[in-house]
Amino acid sequence: MAPDATARADTSNRPTDARDAVVVARGLTKRYGDFVAVDGIDLTIQRGTCFGLLGPNGAGKTTAIKTIQCVSPLTEGTLHVLGMDTRTERRHIKRLLGLVPQEDNLDPDFTVFKNLTTYARFFRIPRRTAHERADRLLHFVQLQEKRDAHIQQLSGGMKRRLVVARSLVNDPQLLILDEPTTGLDPQARHTIWDKIRALKREGKTVLLTTHYMDEAEMLCDRLVIIDKGRILEEGAPRELIRKHVGGQAMELVAGAERPETLDALAADLDARGVTYERLSDRLLAFGPNLNEIENELRTKHGLTETIERRATLEDVFLRLTGRALRD
Amino acid sequence: MTEPKSDWDRPYDVRARPMFAMFGRNRDVFLKTWKVNFIPPIVEPVLYLLALGYGLGALIEEVNGMPYVVFIAPALITITMMQSAFFETTYSSYVRMFFQKTWDAVVATPLTIEDIMVAELLWAGVRSVIYSTIMATVVALFGLLSFPSALLIIPIAFLVGMVFAGLGLMASAKVPAIDSFSYVFYLFITPQFLFSGTFFPLEQLPDPIEHAALALPLTNAVILVRSASLGTTTGLELFAFVYLVVAAFVFCGLAVGWMKRRLID
Ligand SMILES: Nc1ncnc2c1ncn2[C@@H]1O[C@H](COP(=O)(O)OP(=O)(O)OP(=O)(O)O)[C@@H](O)[C@H]1O
Ligand SMILES: [Mg+2]
Repeated sequence: MAPDATARADTSNRPTDARDAVVVARGLTKRYGDFVAVDGIDLTIQRGTCFGLLGPNGAGKTTAIKTIQCVSPLTEGTLHVLGMDTRTERRHIKRLLGLVPQEDNLDPDFTVFKNLTTYARFFRIPRRTAHERADRLLHFVQLQEKRDAHIQQLSGGMKRRLVVARSLVNDPQLLILDEPTTGLDPQARHTIWDKIRALKREGKTVLLTTHYMDEAEMLCDRLVIIDKGRILEEGAPRELIRKHVGGQAMELVAGAERPETLDALAADLDARGVTYERLSDRLLAFGPNLNEIENELRTKHGLTETIERRATLEDVFLRLTGRALRD
Repeated sequence: MTEPKSDWDRPYDVRARPMFAMFGRNRDVFLKTWKVNFIPPIVEPVLYLLALGYGLGALIEEVNGMPYVVFIAPALITITMMQSAFFETTYSSYVRMFFQKTWDAVVATPLTIEDIMVAELLWAGVRSVIYSTIMATVVALFGLLSFPSALLIIPIAFLVGMVFAGLGLMASAKVPAIDSFSYVFYLFITPQFLFSGTFFPLEQLPDPIEHAALALPLTNAVILVRSASLGTTTGLELFAFVYLVVAAFVFCGLAVGWMKRRLID
């Protein structure tokens, strides 16, 4: 598969900065009627990296993925995947992609094993190779004992692992994971993380969307945060944390029945130039040297509690996209 | 170099034949439960032949110079072609499209929506062949078919199957929900079932209705199958054949186009 793709990549009219990039989007726009789901985003995903696509519900993540996997035509802009134009070479691109869709779509008419071999046939993988690979992949996702089980007999976590296995039957160069761990228990999530890391070590490029910021922080080399179809911020997770919320976060708890305390505390923090967010019963302050003022604030404002913790990507995410509910 | 044309507008390339993987998927599901699948086409004709052919037929002298059971046997085979193909691209395809999300999984592979549609249509055509061949075999055991001309039922079944597969998929592309198919069956399949020269000759009908009935796909299918079954000719076969070939291409073409519009957004 690979030699063919490289040959095509060399002949196609790709942009020059696409040399090592697996996905290059410029001004990628997707409209449904008048509604703009993806609004002119630029993306460059380098080979061998894990790239995060984060954003609140309805931000346009799945829509962007659908254009990258060539099942939904873009309205405007250009999009090259593995050096090929998504408008003209979708069959070739799709041969080299693996997809874990947001919603499981395993074939309920088949067993676990047959799901993999049937899928392999869509990639024209010879029968023997397909059977060998199916067994190896079941082993990889620790489902070998369920080889002959029916899909209805699997738990949610098992189904998700099977979808991951299915996305690998064609030995893809780019693996797209749309919320691979949503709804899974900690064991299943950790198993999937472990598999993603193993795939990265093999040199696969991974595009990951998730609503779990710890997951993104841990797995992604770079990420974008999008909202309403636009990119708000891009960078490495650590870099973004440093830039937006400093190194440390501290929850200054006043108790919900004391809004006047929060007002005074907020004014105090404003005066000290400390960034913070106001929640119902506490302020969430960010900055590098918060413990120096912790005791002073606590006594001065009569705080019930102060909780110090590491600033996380979740803090960045909430600061950038706001705390209001979506949808 | 000119701006590359989009794949989405490019005409369907049959030579690549990627649709056979999807066809194979549907066949495998069918074969997995073949014992169950083969029962209806064996039992149904026996029931109809006994009830209508021999029961009701006993009250009827002769139709067009033949016993009533001989008259309706080819019609029963043709109705099977219609129903098996139409059912496949309505309920079955819709379940795969909407509830099982099978097509979503398949478009993520090198197959395109067109490949999947062509596979669904061909599979429905083949199902029509499988079901009507089994049924014809049972009918033949009653001594109601004339050979070798009755062997033509097999290719005719594929042609008729494609006509109704196309119509079924057109319906699937337009219905808002799966319940709507019951309307499609009542308004579209039931009238054809009754008024296509199936259970009584078209000449029994008032002239305008008779002519309207001649425009129905099933009427033309029955004309071909009856002539093949009895080894006779009415002079209408060429017209019926051309009608069905044109209808198969037009309906299947429209179905693929409408489905693309429904699914690609
Ligand atoms: N086929 C469609 N037709 C019209 N609007 C659509 C369609 N698909 C998605 N949308 C809209 O586009 C927006 C983006 O949807 P999308 O599924 O990409 O969000 P998302 O970022 O994946 O969200 P989530 O985190 O909830 O999965 C939403 O407002 C959605 O309603
Ligand atoms: Mg989504």
